[in-house]
Amino acid sequence: MTAKSFEIIDHTADIGIVAYGSDIKELFSNAALALVSLVTDIEGVREDFEREVKIESQDEGGLLVDWLNELIYLLDTEHTVFRRFDITSLAPGCLEATCYGEAIDPQRHTMRMEVKAATYHMLKIDMDEDNGYRVRVILDV
Amino acid sequence: MTTWQGKLNRIDDYRWEIPISYKPGMRVPGLIYASEAALALMREEQTPEQVANVAFLPGIVRFSFAMPDIHWGYGFPIGGVAAMDATEGVISPGGVGYDINCGVRLLRTSLSEGEVRPRIGQLINELFHNVPSGLGSEGKTKVSQREIGEIMVKGARWAVEHGFGSEDDLDVTEEGGCMESADPGKISDKAVRRGMPQSGSLGSGNHFLEVQVVSEIFDADAASTMGIDSVGQVLALIHTGSRGFGHQVCTDHLRVMEQAALKYGIALPDRQLACAPLESQEGRDYFAAMSCAANYAWCNRQCIAHWVRDSFCKVFAKSAADIGIRQVYDVAHNIAKLEEHLVEGRKLRVCVHRKGATRAFPPNHQGVPERYRSIGQPVLIPGDMGRCSFVAVGTQKAMEESFGSTCHGAGRLLSRSAAKRSLKGVEVARQLEKQGITVKTGDLHSLAEEASQAYKDVCEVVDVVHHAGISRKVAMAVPIGVVKG
Repeated sequence: MTAKSFEIIDHTADIGIVAYGSDIKELFSNAALALVSLVTDIEGVREDFEREVKIESQDEGGLLVDWLNELIYLLDTEHTVFRRFDITSLAPGCLEATCYGEAIDPQRHTMRMEVKAATYHMLKIDMDEDNGYRVRVILDV
Repeated sequence: MTTWQGKLNRIDDYRWEIPISYKPGMRVPGLIYASEAALALMREEQTPEQVANVAFLPGIVRFSFAMPDIHWGYGFPIGGVAAMDATEGVISPGGVGYDINCGVRLLRTSLSEGEVRPRIGQLINELFHNVPSGLGSEGKTKVSQREIGEIMVKGARWAVEHGFGSEDDLDVTEEGGCMESADPGKISDKAVRRGMPQSGSLGSGNHFLEVQVVSEIFDADAASTMGIDSVGQVLALIHTGSRGFGHQVCTDHLRVMEQAALKYGIALPDRQLACAPLESQEGRDYFAAMSCAANYAWCNRQCIAHWVRDSFCKVFAKSAADIGIRQVYDVAHNIAKLEEHLVEGRKLRVCVHRKGATRAFPPNHQGVPERYRSIGQPVLIPGDMGRCSFVAVGTQKAMEESFGSTCHGAGRLLSRSAAKRSLKGVEVARQLEKQGITVKTGDLHSLAEEASQAYKDVCEVVDVVHHAGISRKVAMAVPIGVVKG
């Protein structure tokens, strides 16, 4: 387990996240948590239900962008936020995850910003023997 | 981020060239419209690097352009213009952006500041209740799957046919509020599902409704042709786009374009510049899908304009005709268009990408509504909510030089988080009240993100395009009331 799970970075018109993970699954889970933290206060989200998500894409970078975009899509259409992500399978070109969360309740959840999409801009997944995985993703907000 | 150290050749006081030799792979030079003072900030932000990157794209003609309101974007800079040869060139979703056909619509009224000021609180409240706004905002009535299909094809006309506004509005909307290239067959179920609930909503972020007062008229003839007759006259400005529908269209097609760029062997300096030849299946599919999203946005602004009109009528207890409220114009500022331009003396069909840039067609151009043929296409340039906005017109110079394009707004100066760190929403609201601007928002916390201090001064931006000759100032207006999404 790495010390930091994610950070938020600044860009003039947009916003970026940097996520860390001791392995690739943890990296994907932390990137999702970073996204949720931008949208609302994670602490205020309950684990009322679980939802399976399956993503297919050409490479790891594409999988990561598509994974975050799927969560944005679920937020917009099913009005759900999650607080825990269990990446059940991560093979080349395919990701399966179980997301634990609840439906947005305007009484309890303060929504912080509308994220339009995760972008490929400056997308970078790094792997370091000692420090594990790191990814930077720019979000259009 | 380190400061951009590349070479910029001064052409004149308002034009700077990034030479083609700056980076191997550039097909054309870069052309930045800016004052010398503004260049330092651009260098700091690395935006010239993005201008140079766009110059890599196959088929780009003459220059990769940057407007004076340029700022750092994903892939393409925001404030970028690039025209690609329609037969040999590419189309890139990154050159349009996620909020496809984000744009502005201006309404004029015959009301004076003296009549509106005493009721501004009531008017802003009415607008706030009548136009759904804010984070994840949804329309008053959810459109069905069949209806969203019709909206994709008909654009603003769909709204008019359903009682929102009139034919007259379509006449003064860019492209008549409808791109005929739309094909709903190229739209994913996901985009449809994101688009259905949000049709007829303002959204959040930098989207807004403003009640403004004309503060200065620079060109009385052009202004009066637009129905802007005197200082003190009240206007209303609407800024929104294609909501989650457009975002999903961009996301979906960027995935396809990524593969396409590999397939067609297009070398890219940034993955977000993913593109495909205009004449490829992928290129045609994106253009058809983008057109659907553009139409969705025009329908959205059409509905909202109708509710704005209704709100004025209710608050002033008069008919729309008595208030003299009617549309001046509606422009897109995130879009790609197939247009014919004269390049080195010959007619060339190009795909003009305008990302955070406005079309600025000159007088006598076929694409300008007849009532504006003598003055040129109205260009609407909103500033931040504490300063002012401009109305301008397109020029022949823009047609000859920048593929009929000009700037779109002020351009951000501070990141959203930096703005929030240095300012508090409640203080921003108080400051605006002090300036005589009534603000209403469902999200006071985020108000700081849109504070004046977070933006460049739009006056400086507009002065650059005015002096460079790619558009001409007509009038200026200041806000007296704002609904911030």
